[in-house]
Amino acid sequence: MKSLSRWFGRNLIRIYMVLGFTYLFIPILYTIIFSFNDYIKSNLVWRGFTWHNWQTPCGVPNICSDLGNSLKIGLLATFVATILGTMIAFALGRYAFKGRPFVNTLIFLPMASPELVLGASLLTIFINLGFNLGFWTIVIAHVMFCISFVVVTVKARIASLDPRLEQAAMDLYANERETFRRITFPLVAPGIAGAALLAFSLSFDDFIITNFNSGTVETFPLFVYHNAERGLPAQANVIGSSMFLIALIIVLAGQIVSRKRKIA
Amino acid sequence: MTLTVAPVKKPRSRKIGMPYLLLLPGMLWLITFFLIPILTLVKTSVNMDLKNYDPTSAATGSFWGNFWEAFRTHEAPFARSFIYALAATLIALCIAYPLAYGIAFKAGRWKNVLLVLVVAPFFTSFILRTIAWKQILGQQGPVFHLLLNLHLVTYQSHITASAGAVIAGLSYNFLPFMTLPLYSSLERIDPRTLEASGDLYANAFTTFRKVTLPLSLPGVVAGTLLTFIPAAGDYVNAEILGNPSTTMIGNVINAQFLRTSNYTLAAALSFVFMVMIIGIVLFYISRAGTEELV
Repeated sequence: MKSLSRWFGRNLIRIYMVLGFTYLFIPILYTIIFSFNDYIKSNLVWRGFTWHNWQTPCGVPNICSDLGNSLKIGLLATFVATILGTMIAFALGRYAFKGRPFVNTLIFLPMASPELVLGASLLTIFINLGFNLGFWTIVIAHVMFCISFVVVTVKARIASLDPRLEQAAMDLYANERETFRRITFPLVAPGIAGAALLAFSLSFDDFIITNFNSGTVETFPLFVYHNAERGLPAQANVIGSSMFLIALIIVLAGQIVSRKRKIA
Repeated sequence: MTLTVAPVKKPRSRKIGMPYLLLLPGMLWLITFFLIPILTLVKTSVNMDLKNYDPTSAATGSFWGNFWEAFRTHEAPFARSFIYALAATLIALCIAYPLAYGIAFKAGRWKNVLLVLVVAPFFTSFILRTIAWKQILGQQGPVFHLLLNLHLVTYQSHITASAGAVIAGLSYNFLPFMTLPLYSSLERIDPRTLEASGDLYANAFTTFRKVTLPLSLPGVVAGTLLTFIPAAGDYVNAEILGNPSTTMIGNVINAQFLRTSNYTLAAALSFVFMVMIIGIVLFYISRAGTEELV
C-alpha cells in the first residue's frame, strides 16, 4: 500500500499528463470514430461501421473545393506572413532604431484584439473601399493576424542565440553578409520553420475573421459551420481526421529526420 | 605584454537604413489592414444616432453618446463574456500548467513530440471539435447515457445548452494557447536552480512555490492573456454549446454585423469591447510586472 502511494507520488505529473492529453484528444477520437459511421442524414447516432466515407471523401458538394481554398489560403498567408514577420523580427532583434515602441505596440495590438474586432474592422474598410469580398480578402486578413505570431516566435529564437558564435565568425574574417548566411540564418531557421507551422495552423483553423471577410468563398471551417445545422456529413469528419493525421505524420517525420541528423 | 579580450557584444550593424527597410513591408501591412481599419471602425460607430435610432435618418450620433448607448443596452452580454472568459481561463490554467510542466521537465526525448500533440488539434478545425463536444455531451451521446444509467440525470435534463458547457468549450478550445507560453517559460528554467533549492533543504512544494512558479510567471501572464482575449470575443462556443440566455457579446456583434446589418451599433459595440479588453490587458500587465510582452 505504501509503495503504491509512493508510486503515485512519483508519477503524479505523468498520470496527470496522460489525463490532460486524453482530455485534449477526446473530441478528436470522437471525430475519427464517427468518420466511419454509416450515417444517413445527420451523423449523430452510431449506426454501424463503413469504409464508404473514407472512399468518397469528396462525396458531398463543395467539401473538397472548400478544403482546397483553406489549403491555398493557408499556404499563401503563411508564405507572406513568415517573410514579413521574420524581417520585422530581425529588425527588432538585431538593430537599434528609432520608433521601436511604436513597432512593438503595432505587433502587440493585433494579438491583444479579439478576432471579432479584427474581422469586423477589416470588413468595414473593405466595404468602404468597395473591395470584392472573397479569396484575396481572406488572404489579406490571415496575413495580418499571422504576422505578430511570426514576429514573436522568430524574435524569441534570435534572442536565444549565443552572440559569441557570430563574433567568432567575424573574427575569422567573415563579412557581415557571410556571417548572416552561414551562421545566423541557419541558427534561426528552426524558429522560422516553427513560426511558419504556427501561422499555417492559425490560418487553416481560423473561423471568426474568415467568416467576416469571405463573401461567397467558403473555407473548410466555414463549410463545417454552415452544414452543422442541417446535420454534418461524415465526410467532414474524414477530412478533419485526415488533416490531423497528415499534420502529425509530417511533424513526426521531421522530428525523426532531425534527430538522425543530430546523431550523424 | 597585456592581452585584452574583446567584450562579447551582440553584433549590431551600423547601417542606419537597414532596420527600416526590414520593417517597412510588414509595418505597411499592419498599418493598412489593422490600424486604419480600427480607426475606420471608430468612425463608423458614430455614423448614426443610436439613442434615437432611425435607419432612414441621416443624423449622426455623438462620439461618447453612441458608445454609452451601445454599452448600456448590452450590459448583460458584456458581463457574461468577461465572466465566462475568466472562468475558462482559470480552468485552462489549472489543466495546462501541470501539462506544460510535465512536457518541460519529465518528457525527456518525447518533449518535441508532445509539444506537437498540443498543437495538433488545430488541424481538425475548431468548429468540428466544438460540434464533437456537443455530440459527446448531448442527449444522444455517451456521457449522457452513462449518467442516465447511473441515475444521475433524467431524460429531461441536459448538459449542453448551459453556461457550464460554454465555459467548458472555451477552456478546451484555447488550451493550446495556454500550454505553449507556459511551456516556453518553464523550459527556460535552469534545472540547477531547482537542484539548488533542494540542496538548501526546501521540499518539493516549497521549491515549486518559491522557485518554479515565480520563474514561470511570464508564461502564466502570456498564456492567460492569449486564452482570455479570444475566449471573451468568441461566439462559436456560446452558439453551439449554449442557449439564448448564455449570449456573449461576440454573438451580439456578429448578429448585428452579419444579420441585422446595423453597422453603427456593431462598430460601437466592437470598439467598446476592444477598449475594455485592452484596458484589462494593460492593467493586468502592469500588475504582473512584465515589462515587454512581445
